[in-house]
Amino acid sequence: MDLLIADNVVKRYTNHVALDGASISVPAGSIYGLLGPNGAGKTTLIRIINQITAPDSGKVLFDGRPMQADDVHQIGYLPEERGLYKKMKVGEQALYLARLKGLSRHDAMAQLKIWFTKFEIQAWWNKKVEELSKGMAQKVQFIVTILHKPKLLIFDEPFSGFDPINVNLLKQEILNMKAQGSTIIFSTHNMASVEELCDNIALINKSKVIVEGKLEEVRRQYGDNIVEVAFRGDPAGLQQALRNEYILLQQKEQHGLHKATIKITEQKPANHLLQQLLPRVEIVGFNEVIPGMNDIFIKLVS
Amino acid sequence: MNKVFLIIEREFLTRVKKKSFIITTLLTPLLFAALMVAPVLIQGVKDDERKNIAVIDRSGLAEKALHNSGNFAFVFMPDATLDSLKQNFNRENLYAVASVSALNEKNQPAIDLYAFKQPNMDVQHYIERGFKDAVEQHKLEAFHIQGLDTIIASIKTDIKLKTFVWGDDGREKATNTGLYMGISYVLSFLIYMFIFMFGNMVMRGVIEEKASRIVEVIVSSVKPFQLMMGKITGIASVGLLQFIIWIVLTFGIATIFQGAMSEPAGMKAAGMENMVQTDASSILSMLGSINFTAIIVSFLLYFLLGYLLYASMFAAIGSAVENEADTQQLIIPVTIPLIIGMFLMLHTFQYPDSSLSFWASIIPFTSPMVMMARIAFGVPFWQVSLSLALLLVTFVGMAWMAGKIYRTGILMYGKKPTLKEMLKWMNYKN
Repeated sequence: MDLLIADNVVKRYTNHVALDGASISVPAGSIYGLLGPNGAGKTTLIRIINQITAPDSGKVLFDGRPMQADDVHQIGYLPEERGLYKKMKVGEQALYLARLKGLSRHDAMAQLKIWFTKFEIQAWWNKKVEELSKGMAQKVQFIVTILHKPKLLIFDEPFSGFDPINVNLLKQEILNMKAQGSTIIFSTHNMASVEELCDNIALINKSKVIVEGKLEEVRRQYGDNIVEVAFRGDPAGLQQALRNEYILLQQKEQHGLHKATIKITEQKPANHLLQQLLPRVEIVGFNEVIPGMNDIFIKLVS
Repeated sequence: MNKVFLIIEREFLTRVKKKSFIITTLLTPLLFAALMVAPVLIQGVKDDERKNIAVIDRSGLAEKALHNSGNFAFVFMPDATLDSLKQNFNRENLYAVASVSALNEKNQPAIDLYAFKQPNMDVQHYIERGFKDAVEQHKLEAFHIQGLDTIIASIKTDIKLKTFVWGDDGREKATNTGLYMGISYVLSFLIYMFIFMFGNMVMRGVIEEKASRIVEVIVSSVKPFQLMMGKITGIASVGLLQFIIWIVLTFGIATIFQGAMSEPAGMKAAGMENMVQTDASSILSMLGSINFTAIIVSFLLYFLLGYLLYASMFAAIGSAVENEADTQQLIIPVTIPLIIGMFLMLHTFQYPDSSLSFWASIIPFTSPMVMMARIAFGVPFWQVSLSLALLLVTFVGMAWMAGKIYRTGILMYGKKPTLKEMLKWMNYKN
């Protein structure tokens, strides 16, 4: 079941096309990574999901039906360009933003108490935002985003401006929310956190979705048919096994243990290579090399 | 709708709770009252130091012309010369030296006044007036006519013209053009100032939201147009609240002051010596001829609609920039019609019924200022209605266009756009 589906979304501006038939499907209860270089169209897509702008054509389905105005209450959005009213008090402001998301004053107050206690920031309630550090303001902003317990959370570069301790705190909260059934769209340039958190990803480049799917499948799909063999014995045996059928990419030796990365082909799959190797060397390990998201990103975008 | 109300509430409360708002709101009526009261009080406080003035008279009229008064004491020194007095000038005891020449062939003296400091106007007027009377008297005596004093007294005439306006109900009201001009000028200047002030407040509010980067958070909850209109409405209610407090306090203070000054101790005559003498009762009846309710109601309506029209433009400008300094060029198309309205108003309060005044009070961009300049003179109801209706329609159109610019502008960061680019934004779909 997909919580959110964008179907063939097109958005044009006077001088360029921001989205050219973009389609994504975000499974309910998953963390969905939205990746892509700057200016690819991610923010436009996120704004369309938030109904900040409307698409020129295409549909957005929420919970299986076309998106409606009131659905913004079901979405929590932490934009990349974010901030708070500097002259307003923290508590007052959090209350205001929560009420704009449709919470009653009473419910908003109750939720805020819980979260301010959880993040240990009760003392900030009557401070003006301009008195807070950037990281402190970001924490308040994070709370405001998730306060109304939305079904869909959209985080655009959520970790920027946080120290590593708070990044971990946030990651934990994001995983908690996933565990409680929230669906999360997560846009970032930090590929390590994508690998760590995301179940599914979409890569947008030049206004188009060029890859979409489960993180592991995408990684495998863009594996270059490279295997890593760990063995003991005579390296000459490796050469004999490879003959001219395989390309040896790299070979190194440590304490008598050899490791070689080898490119295989469709005609000569991994099993064939194993058969060649078995009589000649003592195999300790044999595995497919799955590329990191960083490599895939660079490969697909450049 | 509920959300727009939340926005209005925030815009209203954050401004009303500010110390600066409370102080301006309470002190301004005091300032208004002080401006009204000060001239009267200052008239009362004269320089009461007695000034000694030496007079070297060659005309023979000085002793008739210059009489000692509370402020001036004249010392006649027919034998002294200007030089000797200059040498022995004692600044403690002597204020000035008047040198009066012998009468010329037209029986006129020349009077020169010397001092080490510029002598004040009072001294100059006192001496001029004294000599004028004395010389006239001297000339009259030269005719040797019996009983001339009585003749002169009997022919002295004072003509006063009173103006009345016939109302549609057949009654007539005493009127005063000077009073109307004063009211017109004050009203239209206030409207110009307030539109500028509160319009700017809207613009700064929009820039603040954009610069602090909160705007994208908010437009993920409400439509940009709702945010813009909420802000404009919230600030309008700040303005209206401020006016109502001002009107109540100013009238209150004025009433208290009138009560305290009810013994007309020279108040009515003060500062009006050369104007038509108007006694207190006729001033009151003239004030009564002005329909204050109509004026206050139309002032509030024109402020509100004029503000709404201009505030939408200010909001659109604010949405395009990230700091106030960048507004300087973009703001010109907004301020020019306001300033034109202001200049037309200077014409209108003298010629309230010229065709220029008529058209300028109907055309929306100038009508708030110009109509306020006409209103005290009496404007037919249909003209006011037509002008208000046009203003309302123009505001709706302008808000629609401004909304389109605004919703694109608030999410654009980076390069400052040109006006041309901003107009293009109106064609963007949603």
